Amino acid sequence: MINRLTDANALDFQAQALVLRSERQRLIASNIANADTPGYIARDMDFAKTLQAATASLSLAQTVSTTNPGHIGSASPGLSGGLAGSDLLYATPSQTNLDRNTVDMDRERASFADNSVKYEATLRFIGANVKTQLSAINGQ
Amino acid sequence: MSMLSIFNVSGSAASAQSQRLNVVASNLANVDTVAGPDGQAYKARQVTFQTQLLGESADDPSAAGVRVSTVTEDQTPGRRVHDPANPSADADGYVTYSNVNAVEEMVNMISASRSYQNNLEVMNTAKTLLLKTIQLGS
Repeated sequence: MINRLTDANALDFQAQALVLRSERQRLIASNIANADTPGYIARDMDFAKTLQAATASLSLAQTVSTTNPGHIGSASPGLSGGLAGSDLLYATPSQTNLDRNTVDMDRERASFADNSVKYEATLRFIGANVKTQLSAINGQ
Repeated sequence: MSMLSIFNVSGSAASAQSQRLNVVASNLANVDTVAGPDGQAYKARQVTFQTQLLGESADDPSAAGVRVSTVTEDQTPGRRVHDPANPSADADGYVTYSNVNAVEEMVNMISASRSYQNNLEVMNTAKTLLLKTIQLGS
């Protein structure tokens, strides 16, 4: 029962999303930090695509069937954590700068706020999931 | 925990910006200086920023901090004013002042202070999110 609740479904997916949200938060913080560095090129990630790639292994794990109670089901794949540098995209500058810096502060600030709200939303999803399981355990 | 390195990234940027603010302060203080300790007029200073990768691996671009790579002196000739009565005047009666442009420095100061504030806000947000993460499930 607990496996059903915690397995590759909701919780692992949300955990993966949380890791990626914090990665993106760090990425945007780097862009804001380098707003005055000559030649710095702003980076960003395609969140939907990265999350899809990160959770592809989760849905694959569900397809492995166990025909005998003695069989060991496919283990839930661990969180892959950080993402390779090649997954990062380059932000296109809306206005060119004399020092070849491509950080657009307005956009970075907006992305930062957007990302922190979504991070908090993911936190609440996980919190609610944990609460559901706790109330199931208590049986009330 | 990748959110924790936001403090390193934004902290390095805030310290670089405060160094820039420091340089601006010395430039503005010396705007009317005639001669420094070496007998030469003060030369305006300028910091140069450089990206410093702070990730786990050396080529990880997702945690990019900032550091001040060099502090350069502006080599343009200083302002020369004809004032024969001044004790620092040369044989032709000209006094050489520092080459600081006060307007440029004020603009530089505003830019540095805005960037500093931006980084502080980033750190504040990261702190709030981390605190909420700690309270997860309670």
